[in-house]
Amino acid sequence: MKLTKLAATLAAVLLCASQAHAQVEIQWWHSMTGANNTGVNELAAKFNASQSAYKVVPVFKGSYPESMTAAIAAFRAGNPPHILQVFEVGTATMMSAKGAIVPVAKVMADAKEKFNPKDYLPTVTGYYSDSKGNMLSYPFNSSTVVFYVNKDAFKKAGLDPEKAPKTWKEFMAAAQKLKGAGQECVYTTGWPAWMHIENFSAWHNVPIGTKQNGMGGLDTEFRINSPLHVRHVAMLGDMAKKGLFTYSGRRNEGEARFASGECPMMTSSTGAQGTISRTAKFDWSVNFMPYHDDVKGAPQNSIIGGASLWVMAKKPAADYKGVAKFFSFLSSPEIQMFWHTSTGYVPITLAAYELTKKSGFYEKHPGYDLAVRQLTNKAPTDNSKGLRFGNYVQGREVIEEEMEAVFAGKKEAKAAMDDAVRRGNDILRKFEAANK
Amino acid sequence: MIENRPWLTVFSHAVLIAGILVVGFPLYVTFVASTRTLDDILAVPMPLLPGDQLWQNYSTVLGTGTTRGITSGPVARMMLNSLIVALAIAFGKIAISIIASFAIVFFRFPLRNFFFWMIFITLMLPVEVRIIPTFKVVADLGMINSYVGLTLPLIASATATFLFRQFFLTVPEELAEAARIDGAGPMRFFWDVVLPLSKTSIAALFVIQFIYGWNQYLWPLLITTDESMSTAVIGIKRMINTGDALTEWNLVMATAMLALLPPALVVMLMQRWFVKGLVETEK
Amino acid sequence: MEKRVVFRSAWLPYALVAPQIAITIVFFFWPAVQAGWYSFQLQDAFGERTQFVGFENYRALFADANYLQSFKITAVFSVLVAGAGIAISLLLAAMADRVIRGALAYRTLLIWPYAVAPAVAGVLWLFLFAPSIGIVTFALRALGIQWDWVLQGDQAMLLVVIAATWKQISYNFLFFLAGLQSIPRSLIEAAAIDGAGPGRRFWTIVFPLLSPTAFFLLVVNVVYAFFETFGVIDATTQGGPAGATQILVYKVYYDGVKAADLGGSSAQSVILMFIVIALTVVQFRYVERRVQY
Repeated sequence: MKLTKLAATLAAVLLCASQAHAQVEIQWWHSMTGANNTGVNELAAKFNASQSAYKVVPVFKGSYPESMTAAIAAFRAGNPPHILQVFEVGTATMMSAKGAIVPVAKVMADAKEKFNPKDYLPTVTGYYSDSKGNMLSYPFNSSTVVFYVNKDAFKKAGLDPEKAPKTWKEFMAAAQKLKGAGQECVYTTGWPAWMHIENFSAWHNVPIGTKQNGMGGLDTEFRINSPLHVRHVAMLGDMAKKGLFTYSGRRNEGEARFASGECPMMTSSTGAQGTISRTAKFDWSVNFMPYHDDVKGAPQNSIIGGASLWVMAKKPAADYKGVAKFFSFLSSPEIQMFWHTSTGYVPITLAAYELTKKSGFYEKHPGYDLAVRQLTNKAPTDNSKGLRFGNYVQGREVIEEEMEAVFAGKKEAKAAMDDAVRRGNDILRKFEAANK
Repeated sequence: MIENRPWLTVFSHAVLIAGILVVGFPLYVTFVASTRTLDDILAVPMPLLPGDQLWQNYSTVLGTGTTRGITSGPVARMMLNSLIVALAIAFGKIAISIIASFAIVFFRFPLRNFFFWMIFITLMLPVEVRIIPTFKVVADLGMINSYVGLTLPLIASATATFLFRQFFLTVPEELAEAARIDGAGPMRFFWDVVLPLSKTSIAALFVIQFIYGWNQYLWPLLITTDESMSTAVIGIKRMINTGDALTEWNLVMATAMLALLPPALVVMLMQRWFVKGLVETEK
Repeated sequence: MEKRVVFRSAWLPYALVAPQIAITIVFFFWPAVQAGWYSFQLQDAFGERTQFVGFENYRALFADANYLQSFKITAVFSVLVAGAGIAISLLLAAMADRVIRGALAYRTLLIWPYAVAPAVAGVLWLFLFAPSIGIVTFALRALGIQWDWVLQGDQAMLLVVIAATWKQISYNFLFFLAGLQSIPRSLIEAAAIDGAGPGRRFWTIVFPLLSPTAFFLLVVNVVYAFFETFGVIDATTQGGPAGATQILVYKVYYDGVKAADLGGSSAQSVILMFIVIALTVVQFRYVERRVQY
């Protein structure tokens, strides 16, 4: 009696197992939280419903660094996911891991999926392509820094809520007025290095590092201790001392302070729009980043942040066709529009941008298209295509450490930026040596 | 007391009460925060009396985890994981340490001292000192995100072995002699004599190891990336690490209360064994 | 200390120690050896290219001002945590030893923080001291103190010291109480008869007799501060701001896991191993002597 029951169960289990094999599972590791997490799951569900040969399985693997570590470990153990979402600062590391990844261009070509890089926004693809223009990773969620303004607070301080400061001079004037009107916190920022060093450099058409910010070779060096950079960081340090700039942390802690109304001006990712629109109890606007009007060429264009999808190697060959199909699916204008409008990340194809414009979305939600306009403000130069520094996770932290010392009044801007360059270059040289 | 100094006694009580208040203050605030809505907390200063959201917050957190922002998965699952890990580590450690100790104390065999020193040296290798390679070993063995991976590397421990060794050395010789005379083998001696005698030590160790296992942080952090394998302690930290949204402090605090309740209960209910175990283990 | 009556068996003792030894080898010694091995290499993140570089990683570490600062930070942190923890718990234990009524209640109410994970303790104090919404922050602002640990390194250090110490007080308290209660009353009575007041009695008799316990706790607290406070740091400051709370063990984790610098992290691990060995040797040699007291 017992034996037959066992045999029956065994048969059922085997049957189930073999059923699952008919549909190829594509493992997708990501780090999206909140509304973006919901969006990811919806994208997978939509794709899975549209065909039956492949099943994309999204798995939340923690923050970007955690997920990347897990993937590296999984790869070393011989069991990586098919698709891995890696933040932009990990690009150099992923690019150098030639045996661990499969370039997206190759995946699409092998699967004979239609794929034309020219359909995509140049600032976006340039970041993730090699020197020959082959796209290495799929630009899934790209954002850029924008300037948020609390219109109600502006009104209260006697400033014109429709005229956000365009230059840093105007910004300072507005800041003084807000402070005078009784604001404890006047300005805060998310992602300080991304905003005030990386995007700052691109916006003013000055280099972050040599060799086109590292895209041209591993022997790049930082240039962020130029007089302009030092002047800007010193300005921020001065503002901090006067209470015009409140430091919130290295990530996006500042966004909560803006959404709660505590700080009326903030620079941070476009990705914050979703949350702010749900929590802010005041009128607000999104604007171009401020710039120094005495710098020739400013404002140039901003660069992206966010993450891209990398395809890992060592999976069964047949699986990659599914990956290619998924990427084609993600690139369709309708899907792009869905992702863009529900998260605030920029649409990566021109077709998607046009479709969203036609739907009237931007009239109802001004600011969502601002990111695209800022990214495409001018044709990108060598200084504003993006950046590619090895071990930049560490590099960015080093820069932020030095900036924190300035904001806390413990270091002079020149000394801090010089140290940042020195320490940053050490990290770059180590990466270069390990990846010769 | 030796002489009657009422002022000093009053002072002593005062200091102790102050100590209890300082020690208990964070817990009180946490509890209050866990019974309030997020808006109450964000409106600085948070009122210091408990609110009325106790049921809502706790049931949300247990059932679905944090809702906006960083989705965490149900805390009930995390508590279950913590429980499994804590129990597995406590029982596992006790089991393998007691038999290893028994062998080392009651037998003579080649390499006996060598094994003893091997175990001793593990005291000098806390997991923090061998993080990456241990992670790699576990990854190579395919034990990431598994209960085995969470517990197995942590159950070899010198402290438990030492406690049992101390204790076994105090077992009267006559008992072992009697067992030998009766013709009982070593394992009979172990089951019938040694084990019953060790009950208090085992209880003491259980308390300490349960808490140790429940409060593990670095190791689960490294090897669990799946939400479903998170322990309660790790879950809390993951709820705060900012994503794109506000931290839901009321839910985070509710989770914190849940995370510290079981070990606190174990400590307070098994206080006698706990104190004995603590003071004994460290010798 | 050896037993006279022992068993002899060809295979049984080996079978009994086998599980512990096996796990020890696989999960302790093998990784420790690997840490040593990796520390002499330079690897890329995915382990595709490895180069043997000898002592280069060590040289780079000792030339790195940040690593040396990490030593200083860890030392400061340990001294503060151990010092504050011992002082406060000694006071509480001395008081608890004096009172007869409610002693058990006091003990119960003071020992439960031991059950709190360091990371959770960190979160609790993080909440109290949060720059925007913390209750204590609010109180400090009312007193005119600008509290912002996110930017001020000293304040961040204060935050983690408080969180780490808070947890250890109960542990230290238990040991001190046990130590105090084991001091023979006759000694104290003799001193009282001689006319010594409670203060003098404490400093001239009690404290010296308590010093083995105090020293033991000192070592334990330092080890605690070195290693077990990882959870506190990770849950609150993550080593910031500007590395102000980056203790050595946190740097090992950060460099190995977040920065994928396997060689550097392994070299740090090896150095930490030597530090632990030194501390453990001190602890055990001292405890051996303690038994003779």
